[in-house]
Amino acid sequence: MASSSSPRKTGGARFSPASGIASVLRWFSSAQKKYGGEWWILTAGALIIALVVVMTVFPRAFTRYSPEDQNAGAQLSPPSEAHVMGTDNLNRDVWARVVYGSQTILGVALAAAIVSALIGIPLGLLSGFAGGVFDRILSLVMDSVYSFPGLILAIAFAAMLGPGVINITLAVAVVYIPTYFRLVRGQTLSIKEEVYVEAARAIGAQRGTILSRYVFPNIIATVVVIFSLNIADAIMTEAALSYIGLGLPAGIADWGMDLSMGKKFLPSGVWWMITFPGLMIMLLALGFTMLGEGLAEVLNPRLLER
Amino acid sequence: MQTDDTILTVNDLTIQYPISIGVVKAVEGVSFTLADGEALGVVGESGCGKSTMGLSLLSLLRPPGRVTGGSIMYRGTDVLSLDQRDLLALRGRSISMIFQNPLTSLNPLFTIERHFLETIHFHDASMPRKEALAAVEKMLATLGIERKRLHEYPHQLSGGMRQRIMIGLALIMNPDILIADEPTTSLDVIVEAGFTELLATLRRVYKLSIILITHNLGLVAEIADRIAVMYAGKIMEIGSAADIFARPLHPYTQGLINCVPNIRLEQKDLVTMPGSPPDLVSPPQGCRFAPRCPRVMDICRQKPPRLLPHAPAHNAACWLYPERNGT
Amino acid sequence: MNTLVSASDLVKDFPLRGSIFDVFSRHRSAVHAVDHVTFSIGEGEVLGLAGESGSGKSTTGRLLLRLVEPTSGKIEYRGREITRLGPRELTAFRSRAQVVFQDPNSSLSPRMTVGQAITHPLQIHRMGTPSERKERVLDLMEKVGLSPAEFLFRKYPHQLSGGQSQRVVIARALVTRPDFLVADEPIAMADVSVRALILQLMRQLKEEMRLTYLFITHDLATAKYLCDRVAVMYLGRIVEVAPRDQLFSRPHHPYTKALLGAVPVPDPLARRDKNLPRGEIPSAISPPAGCHFHPRCPFAQPRCRDGRPPLKEISPGHFSACILD
Repeated sequence: MASSSSPRKTGGARFSPASGIASVLRWFSSAQKKYGGEWWILTAGALIIALVVVMTVFPRAFTRYSPEDQNAGAQLSPPSEAHVMGTDNLNRDVWARVVYGSQTILGVALAAAIVSALIGIPLGLLSGFAGGVFDRILSLVMDSVYSFPGLILAIAFAAMLGPGVINITLAVAVVYIPTYFRLVRGQTLSIKEEVYVEAARAIGAQRGTILSRYVFPNIIATVVVIFSLNIADAIMTEAALSYIGLGLPAGIADWGMDLSMGKKFLPSGVWWMITFPGLMIMLLALGFTMLGEGLAEVLNPRLLER
Repeated sequence: MQTDDTILTVNDLTIQYPISIGVVKAVEGVSFTLADGEALGVVGESGCGKSTMGLSLLSLLRPPGRVTGGSIMYRGTDVLSLDQRDLLALRGRSISMIFQNPLTSLNPLFTIERHFLETIHFHDASMPRKEALAAVEKMLATLGIERKRLHEYPHQLSGGMRQRIMIGLALIMNPDILIADEPTTSLDVIVEAGFTELLATLRRVYKLSIILITHNLGLVAEIADRIAVMYAGKIMEIGSAADIFARPLHPYTQGLINCVPNIRLEQKDLVTMPGSPPDLVSPPQGCRFAPRCPRVMDICRQKPPRLLPHAPAHNAACWLYPERNGT
Repeated sequence: MNTLVSASDLVKDFPLRGSIFDVFSRHRSAVHAVDHVTFSIGEGEVLGLAGESGSGKSTTGRLLLRLVEPTSGKIEYRGREITRLGPRELTAFRSRAQVVFQDPNSSLSPRMTVGQAITHPLQIHRMGTPSERKERVLDLMEKVGLSPAEFLFRKYPHQLSGGQSQRVVIARALVTRPDFLVADEPIAMADVSVRALILQLMRQLKEEMRLTYLFITHDLATAKYLCDRVAVMYLGRIVEVAPRDQLFSRPHHPYTKALLGAVPVPDPLARRDKNLPRGEIPSAISPPAGCHFHPRCPFAQPRCRDGRPPLKEISPGHFSACILD
């Protein structure tokens, strides 16, 4: 990463962990000087996400309990040394459910965002570039979907498709396709008028080549930002869906579902069942939002540099 | 060279602005005078600091750019030390400025009449409307614009007309000095010629002094009495228009004149100046033109030459000429 | 001299989005950008196309390359009518005829390196192997003054100076070894000293690579320096065409005379006899009847309003669309 910037200079020097860390730190501080406050937001967001991702990939490093283990400890016990976040009504360790729950929510949100992007981006490119009737009809369809409140739409689809991880992913994905579509289409429309697109035509490039080599690379920056913000939104939507009880089968650990279960026990003073999953939802969504906002500041000034 | 009819004296003006990797020394040690009724052309390519210098004359520099040294004396008053209120009174009334793109300088929501009346009212709230309108109509006549245009909006006028309106607004309060920053760059050739004629007329009618900032040598040859040539933030040469074109002293001036196509001449080959202006964050320690100069000597790279008279009323900053009249 | 490119009766109208009332009128209003233009360019020649804004010179340049489709008229390249070319042949044509636009910074994709930008035409036209391509690109870069080529190869446009970017655009246009180059105000946005360098480069490349240019400009002084013949356009029509020396020493059309008189001269002692035409350039949507220039012409006669004046040959190779003498 940082060391590959000047292969000629390092020549015979060996890459050691210490020099690697040193160059990363140097790159870090110079970036911070260059981008100011936004850099911290970006880094903070990235760290939160990184932490959760590690939790997702190596759950056993964080807890030795299984989220379904109904013999983990005493029923409804408050946070203690043995159970950092307490136990729930089925004697399961809440921290374990939080850790394994990250897999569900991150998995669904990420998958949904990827599906939306894979559908929305190409459609936006084609529609913006081709124009005409095709564009008009597609825009109409997308605008109609977009005008639905996201959650309502997701609920409708989830109810229609029935329970299951794939179904809930699709339900969430559908909501965001218009977002990518509109963004990419708008950018395509303005880039289409740029002289370098005409220049590309002049050298003989066909439409496909123009889209992939001249238009798309110039919208990537904005797409990346939206992708990150999109995941934040998808996290909230997924949590909301499982909170209502739609989508996921009962066995899988899920923050939204735990939220809804914990709600029942709150009046009796059991605060830990609802608080920790809630905090985690908030934290993860915040992490992606911060990453997106930070990226927006970092990437866009460079676009405006010329 | 200060004489009795000098109305503007710029002395050792230095302007800098900080960027992420350092401080840009945009203008350094610029000194010149402007006499009453005189037209001074400030010539140079992009990045030479001429526009920055022009803006500073009315204290219009955008932060973080700031004047870090020198003085700008207008009729004995130091423009740089004026407070906001006095500055507002100065601008438009004693010294006016027009810019390159008239469309963005005019308010799209105001009629032409309103533009004028507001300007007048701002400077002289006591003038009765009838008198103001009369002054406006007189100005329009001089500008060659029909009265009916008063009720139109900027977007309804052509580029040439808008630029004339801009001049009208700049001169309606009869200022001493007009600073014009690339006024014809966005205009068509014939419109530009008309504008140049207008400028000459206005100069006569209003006894105007002009500072014309441009890279267009043809324009400056036509309007300016004296010319200052700027490069990399410094004045390289200053003298009468005739002297500068006929007997340019500085190699940069010579290069500039020789590389512009002249429609009246049969030019077989234009002489070119390869290279580009220096980095102004860390400019060369000697003469700033040394890296590109075809007649560079060792001393040029070590010490920056001073702007000294090497011919009557004709100064140049170049080591090619021995230091006469050493001050 | 062989004719390389020719335009016959070329017309381009840009339809305007009308209001609902246009449904009732006979014809939709349009901007008549190019109005029955005919000319030809010989092999190895530099034809200047001069005019002010609204003259149609840029549109004409684009029409010749079919970057814009003509409303009617014929364009021929080496005798073949390119107005009717199919897609594959059109692409092949694009390797023979190229363009350089005015603003180098907007002509280059901000996300492509110099090397990628210049190599791309070779990829499109499947010329050479990847290593051959790289070598040709590096050679060409050195030739246009982009040195050191290896170093600049990896740079992005925003890291280059204005002069360098324009050289990149020129290199990209020449990498497929075209015959014909349309240069649309290639130096208008460059600094004074850079302009001379680019002009000199274009001259040199023309000789070395045996090119033919259509040089579009608003600056007659530049046209005088570079061009063999000059055509003057006004409001969509060619009003005069002549060999360089003839046009500048014996202009015939009043508009040409006005234009020549208005050009600023970098010489304070030059005599300036400007006979500036009244008024301003009219709209290209509803231009004046007859000779477009007659409302502003100091020599106008009543008959100037009757019908379009044809381009008449007033002396060998010198054509003028003015019916007066």
